[in-house]
Amino acid sequence: MSAPAVPMTDAPGSAARKRPRAARPRVQHRGAILAFVLPFGTLFALFYLVPIGYAIYQSLLVIEREGTFGQATEVFGGLTQYILVFQNGPFWQSIGRVLAFGAVQVPIMLGLALLFALLLDSPLVRGKKFFRLAFFVPYAVPGVIAAIMWGYLYSPNLSPFSAVTENINFLSADLVLWAIANVVTWVFVGYNMLIIYSALLAIPTELYEAARLDGAGQLRIAWSVKIPLIMPAIILTAIFSIIGTLQLLAEPQVFRSFSSAVTSTFTPNLTVYSTSSIPNFNLAAAFSVVLALATFILSFTFLKFTQRKEAK
Amino acid sequence: MSTLTPTTPAKPTRGIRSTEAKAPRAQRESPFARVSAMIVMGVFTLYFLVPIWWLLVAASKSRSQFNSTNPLWFADFSLFENIGNLMAYRDGVYLKWMLNSALYAGGGALVGTIIAGMCGYALAKYNFPGRELIFNVVLGGVLVPATALALPLFLIFSQISLTNTFWSVFLPSLVSPFGVYLARIYASASVPDELIEAARLDGAGELRTFFTVSVRMMVPALVTVFLFQFVAIWNNFFLPLIMLRDETLFPVTLGLYAWNSQVNQIPVLRDYVLIGALLSIIPLIIIFLLLQRFWRNGLSAGSVK
Repeated sequence: MSAPAVPMTDAPGSAARKRPRAARPRVQHRGAILAFVLPFGTLFALFYLVPIGYAIYQSLLVIEREGTFGQATEVFGGLTQYILVFQNGPFWQSIGRVLAFGAVQVPIMLGLALLFALLLDSPLVRGKKFFRLAFFVPYAVPGVIAAIMWGYLYSPNLSPFSAVTENINFLSADLVLWAIANVVTWVFVGYNMLIIYSALLAIPTELYEAARLDGAGQLRIAWSVKIPLIMPAIILTAIFSIIGTLQLLAEPQVFRSFSSAVTSTFTPNLTVYSTSSIPNFNLAAAFSVVLALATFILSFTFLKFTQRKEAK
Repeated sequence: MSTLTPTTPAKPTRGIRSTEAKAPRAQRESPFARVSAMIVMGVFTLYFLVPIWWLLVAASKSRSQFNSTNPLWFADFSLFENIGNLMAYRDGVYLKWMLNSALYAGGGALVGTIIAGMCGYALAKYNFPGRELIFNVVLGGVLVPATALALPLFLIFSQISLTNTFWSVFLPSLVSPFGVYLARIYASASVPDELIEAARLDGAGELRTFFTVSVRMMVPALVTVFLFQFVAIWNNFFLPLIMLRDETLFPVTLGLYAWNSQVNQIPVLRDYVLIGALLSIIPLIIIFLLLQRFWRNGLSAGSVK
């Protein structure tokens, strides 16, 4: 948990080193600090920490009935729900599905975002303001709305591109996952492009001048100077994309009304939702905990992995 | 790192320089490279804008012309008539949804930004035991998917009969761990200790110093936090889906989703879904355009460590 903080902030040690200037043993401004931290801290505890704890607690309970129609009571069941989770085929299929989705969609999306950011930052493109805005506009479209819109664009009879959609059924079982991938890409390329582009703008121009004097072309400068320098921004976008992929819910949920191929267990979050509507809250809670853990581990591992690579 | 200062001295010079240097530099690039770059940008402009263009065109057509005319060009322009119909449908429930979204997102982002700003500022500018622990826990919160919290929140809220209320969606939306993170790195880079010290010597209290002096230096970061929280709440779907049953409490995303899933039973809803979708995009576009100047600076602070 402490790792993400390390590169971004003063290490605890350096904070201690600054102390002697103030040279006071007691914490100063105690009341003010409390006033600053408490409002957020309280809400964070109530709406982040407590729910996490409650989900774990719920996931450890099982429902017991006296006879078939008897009173249902919740009793401690240990890891019973987790055993059910690990035996649940559809849930793991849905995890596999979003992992496949992420493995294809995230690199394409970030690759495009990087390409556009580099083009915007190069002297090759004119009308930068226009392109920056045009590419960013889809981000203003909520996922649900984007999915509804593309649902119509894909549909064989309503689509403006019916010449294509009559021949290729984007809503079929084979293609619907990638149809959804396109919706997500459409919404988020511009957003990621802007994050990367902002990082590019922060690079001092002198660095390019030096490379240019050495005779490096645009491509070479992009590859050897720009990309290494904006790696932190790319990693940031990658982590948010990984988290987003595992959380996929709104788009597939909308696509259920366009395509019967999207089942109620299509993504992990859909599984959580449909399990809780049964209602089987204990199992749904266990799904949530496993999913949150998987997300945390995946993004954390990615962070560690890329940090090590950078250090080399 | 220079972009972390609110005045961003590096960027203006960069801008001036690149325009000055543009002419001689552009000549050095091969025409082939320039043409292919423009083609790539042009093709993707179509990719990004044609769906929205189609939505605008579709929303401007009467029902009879929706299928019978060119889907990418206007027929008789009945957009305003359609909007009128949408507003009148079921006693203007759509307008209520837009209002709800504005309240959830506007109110939530405003309060959320203030408390995240205060917390990030305290973490940046004061030394106290547990500071790093708090920061690390909050950072861990950034990695916890918000949807994982929706179900347990529902279970907790149903214990205290708070589900299906305004507060069940509003309160959890106030918490933005990423906002605290951004506010902290921005505050430590852009609010000079000397300034706080000077305010102290003038006899200003800590809170007053924050709200009158420090906040001003943090504006780009705070606007960015506000915007991204606004968008996150405006787009939020799972939490309202799981919490709300009463249609009059729906945000616009959930409302349109509900309509869209009934299109097969009530065909007229298709028109309303399309017009409603178009209208629901407009507020966000306006906000982004209005606050452009701020969030672009703030964004770079988040990515530059």
